[in-house]
Amino acid sequence: MRYALFLGCTVPVRGMNYELSARKVADRLGIELVDISDFSCCGFPVKSVDIKTALVLSAKNLALAEKEGLDLVTLCSACASVLAEANEALKEDEELRNIINQELDIPYNGTIEVYHFVRILWEKVGPQALKEQITKPLSGIRVGAHYGCHYIKPSEVYGFDDPENPVSLDALIEATGAESVWYDRKLHCCGGGILGIEEGIALAMSKVKLDALKKEGVDALISICPFCTVMYEGNQRKIEKTFDTKYGIPVLYYTQLLGLALGIPPEELGFNLNRVKPKDLLAKV
Amino acid sequence: MPVNVKKLDPKFKFEVMEQPGGENITRCFACGTCTAGCPVREIDERYNPRKIIHMVLLGMKEEVLKSDFIWLCSACYTCHERCPQDVKITDLMTALKNLAVKYGYIHPSFVAQVDALKTHGGLYEIADFDNKKRAKLGLPEIKRNPEEMTRIFERTGILEHIKEEK
Repeated sequence: MRYALFLGCTVPVRGMNYELSARKVADRLGIELVDISDFSCCGFPVKSVDIKTALVLSAKNLALAEKEGLDLVTLCSACASVLAEANEALKEDEELRNIINQELDIPYNGTIEVYHFVRILWEKVGPQALKEQITKPLSGIRVGAHYGCHYIKPSEVYGFDDPENPVSLDALIEATGAESVWYDRKLHCCGGGILGIEEGIALAMSKVKLDALKKEGVDALISICPFCTVMYEGNQRKIEKTFDTKYGIPVLYYTQLLGLALGIPPEELGFNLNRVKPKDLLAKV
Repeated sequence: MPVNVKKLDPKFKFEVMEQPGGENITRCFACGTCTAGCPVREIDERYNPRKIIHMVLLGMKEEVLKSDFIWLCSACYTCHERCPQDVKITDLMTALKNLAVKYGYIHPSFVAQVDALKTHGGLYEIADFDNKKRAKLGLPEIKRNPEEMTRIFERTGILEHIKEEK
């Protein structure tokens, strides 16, 4: 298995623990991640301003992966969705592809696929094969799965998991030996998409899920998107202050959780960069 | 919000339908599934997708395009997935925002984002400090190409819309 690794804007600056743990886990599982230094922004931030510019940026990145003959894998869910949507539109509509290609130095021919890294673990590796490689089962650890929005939706573009009742992340969590706890508002949006527009609404949206998790007393929330983590972990203190409450809920990337179960030492999985320290969880491993 | 019949633009919905993502708006039969499941509406009643669709269909062009509320969609796709008429509401909101930008009503947050991409080649600046931190962790150096980003933006004309607002 060999993929072009698309980091996007947020992961390499604000999600180094995600990147680090994803690279370690991929290495352990025999997934080769190829860095392409000319990759740029996926296009997501400009989609609301001008969808054509967003398509040009997406196509530019898709063409770079295509040139290397590689399918593209992302760690960020927003990058995954905007690139997958663009990929589908450009594959289906030759006229659109020609218009967009006029703006590119390297044209995109529509021959590659776009995956979220977690989808690779779910579809190409599989929870059963993962289970067989677990050396430190995380039994006794109770976590909440956060699917977020753009990992499974729009389902007309993805189609690999049910948008109203997804199972992939739960199954991948259970493969590590940890328990994926049911909690209210499991499919709730983090609000990250409007953090820059109306911070108050965005924080109140994150609060909805943090409240539900507190009620279940989980050891951690499991995230698969850097921006969801910015909301639930980076802004957790701010939400506590704004609403005069306390959470102290660690937010781990799934790749960190999996890394622990594969026996990779925590210091190699970027745990020192987690803002809410998962001390109790690590003590249980 | 009172409806001023004299100010309605009956052609507005067709203008929206010409935008990518706006094609299915006239399919809406106002069931309200979108608004009922909306996580933004749950917090702030200013954002109401059913109402926005109805305003477009009535032709309340200025009220929609000048509004704060079209920028409040968090793009979670909940309504998009549940809409029984396949209005594709998340894409519709993108279409409305794109149209608002063309009429000179861009939200300042997006002016800042486009500016960051143009200046840094990404949403965040990659300073030497960041690459040093990455090297310490054994992560490869990140290089950004703001010149290329600016070139793309100049070719697609996105910077023109942003100038208009200023």
